[in-house]
Amino acid sequence: MSEPGTTEPRDPGPPAKPPWLARATGVGESTLRALVLPTLAFITALIIGALIIAVSDVDNLRILFADPGTALGNMVEEVARSYRALFDGAVGSINAISETLFATTPLLLAGLGIALGFRAGLFNIGAQGQMLIAGIAAAYVGIYVSAPAIVHIPLTILAGLAGGMIWGGLAGVLKARTGAHEVITTIMGNFIALFLVQWLLTTEAIQDPGRNNPVSAALSGSAVLPRLFGSEYRVTIGFLIAIAGVFVLHWLLFRSSFGFELRAVGSNPQAGSYAGMNVAIVVTLVMALAGGLAGIAGANQVMGLPPFKASPALAGSVGFDAITVALLGRSNPVGVMWAALLFGALSAGGRVMQGAAQVPIDLVVVLQALIVIFVAAPGLIRAIWRVKGEPEEATQLTTGWGS
Amino acid sequence: MTATKVPEKVQEPAVVRTGADERRARIIGVILMVLAAVVLGVFAFGVPSGASSTFNLSLPTDAIQDISVTFNSRLFSGVAAVIIFALGVERLRRRNLQRTNTALAVGLSLFVLAFLAWAAADSSFSMVGMLRSTVISSIVITLGALCGLTCERAGVINIGIEGQLLTSAFVAVVLSSAFGTWAGVGGALVVGALLGALLAWLAIRFRVDQIIAGVVINILALGLTSFLASRVLSEAQDLNAPARVPGFRIPILADIPVIGPMFFDHTFFVYVTFLLVFGLHFALFRTRWGLRARSVGEHPKAADTLGIDVLRVRYRNVIIGGVIAGFGGAFLALAQISRFEENMTGGIGFIGLAAMIFGRWMPFGALAAGLVFGFSGALAQKVAILGTGIPSEFMLMLPYVATVIVVAGLVGGARPPAADGQPYIKQ
Repeated sequence: MSEPGTTEPRDPGPPAKPPWLARATGVGESTLRALVLPTLAFITALIIGALIIAVSDVDNLRILFADPGTALGNMVEEVARSYRALFDGAVGSINAISETLFATTPLLLAGLGIALGFRAGLFNIGAQGQMLIAGIAAAYVGIYVSAPAIVHIPLTILAGLAGGMIWGGLAGVLKARTGAHEVITTIMGNFIALFLVQWLLTTEAIQDPGRNNPVSAALSGSAVLPRLFGSEYRVTIGFLIAIAGVFVLHWLLFRSSFGFELRAVGSNPQAGSYAGMNVAIVVTLVMALAGGLAGIAGANQVMGLPPFKASPALAGSVGFDAITVALLGRSNPVGVMWAALLFGALSAGGRVMQGAAQVPIDLVVVLQALIVIFVAAPGLIRAIWRVKGEPEEATQLTTGWGS
Repeated sequence: MTATKVPEKVQEPAVVRTGADERRARIIGVILMVLAAVVLGVFAFGVPSGASSTFNLSLPTDAIQDISVTFNSRLFSGVAAVIIFALGVERLRRRNLQRTNTALAVGLSLFVLAFLAWAAADSSFSMVGMLRSTVISSIVITLGALCGLTCERAGVINIGIEGQLLTSAFVAVVLSSAFGTWAGVGGALVVGALLGALLAWLAIRFRVDQIIAGVVINILALGLTSFLASRVLSEAQDLNAPARVPGFRIPILADIPVIGPMFFDHTFFVYVTFLLVFGLHFALFRTRWGLRARSVGEHPKAADTLGIDVLRVRYRNVIIGGVIAGFGGAFLALAQISRFEENMTGGIGFIGLAAMIFGRWMPFGALAAGLVFGFSGALAQKVAILGTGIPSEFMLMLPYVATVIVVAGLVGGARPPAADGQPYIKQ
């Protein structure tokens, strides 16, 4: 690897001429840039999303040429209705906020894991598989151990942590021992985990009796995560664990010597090696810890999501959404938290939008992808909105399959 | 394209006998001996001594009927075990990696045959049916791998193959339903090219990390096609009914036993794919285009010094790769499954990526890997039907496990293009 992993913003240097917004608000230009570009990315994605909603309505398209006025009016109305439902479903009520935090929890945990990998120059695409292995590990402990909740809950989470650490750590060991690229091994690990879990869930030890499909029995009540705001709101203490993860990761990355080592290895493994750091151990540990964070997310999916069963679909698309969360958060724990909240809100709102406006929730996935494209390619968003200023380097994490 | 003689490979790693090679040779020797033990213990002695297995080598539709091989199951597996054991011993004595892949391939083939003989003991088994479905399921994998290697030979990692396949499958279904097969295929090729162009644009113009760009393209493709499928296709069902692609039986060749039904009785997609493998190999290693693409992938600075427009070559290759993936998506949607379903690719693009690595970035390697991975998929189906008690999940896992073994360097000696994944900045 020759390129440094420039996940951290470049030193902006003395701004020649602050833009009008910086002058008006008195905020420094670098802070502004950190906020303005993501905001513009979000707005651009919403505009493109609106166009997609408008042009995908078959009924309106059929009358577009016969009666353009009505068709266009319908389209605008539909977009407005969809986005209002999206907004209401995200933050419009206490239940909406609870749903947002509920959706944020696994995104944040898995996103922190991926961000940790990015910091060490490792691209962990395997959160999905790590969550699956963790989910099944948590299910075993949640079903077979009987203990009071105060013991059972931490134990079940630890099982998830361990499952994720093993699955992530395997990729780390392969990278450290043989140089196998973690992108390939973690992608393959996702599929291997999926088939493994599908098979395990049909074994007698864990399958829900009376079911033919791969679903585990329900966890015992003492392993279920308690809810934060009473039983009618779904958000659990898992959210608090995720927030605690933000602080722990921040400390680990920026206050501990291991964090210094992993960032050094991330920006230049050769230099880290010359400075006496054991790159192999750092790589293995980081992949294990990243897997562990995804693992807690996997445990959360079994312990916090009714009906408290493990299934091959337990990770949903969280493992992949977490990659977008980590990218949007620029691998900074606090940034990852805001990104997870945003995508959690989109996901909660998307469900309401689907019900109220008959716009499929998949639109949210499109919005996420667009936001990340624009954030990853700041030059694109600058060109669209004609934002002046020094262009920033795009994130470069990987430099090929070799080394 | 003018054909110029160029060396077969830009760089050939020298064969050196190192301690690591010796250790690897020993590991492979031991693996082969373990396989031999399994063949003897499970497959040979797991069947009654008089049991016989029958492999059917003709389909009911074939011109020449009723070709089959019947043999004593235990005797066959016993002989296979002896041969695999001998290969293992030979590896242990050899202590270098020469012809390792051949030895492994022979050993594993015998292992699979013994396994089938065991699974089909006292019954018969349509060997040719399985080989035919192997070829069919290898097509998308091979095309995905060809897409990947076209991009990576020029130094751009394409992890968005999955998304390119999925989007072009969607477009192929809609256009084929509305305007017929050729519109579907054409639309799929165009969309594949557009997604290739998007990847190239993000990776080259904005220097977005290539893996990030690919991952995001996959997410975008999944979101967009699922959105449109549930919003448009569910309302207009007639748009999810693609025209049937007629099969084309190649006269005479299709009547050859075994080979005929395997290779010469398919839709045009299959023939084009095989031609593409030959064509791409020729183009990469015998034309100016190929030399330029490979030089850009190995040492862009040197290529630039010689006056090759590095970025242009990269754009072109990534777009060509997209077209190949688009063709794969069209095959999947129009010929293999004949309708669009949400996330219908289900990870096959990643198997294609794996096949590219498994096939060492070579077109024929991609085809071979595609056939191997297609075989494990076909085997998984057969095993589920035969009811051997072996979970089919383990068969489905095989391509992914094999890929991990290859990238870990235990076998295969895969070496990516030197500048793969690195953005090029003109000095």
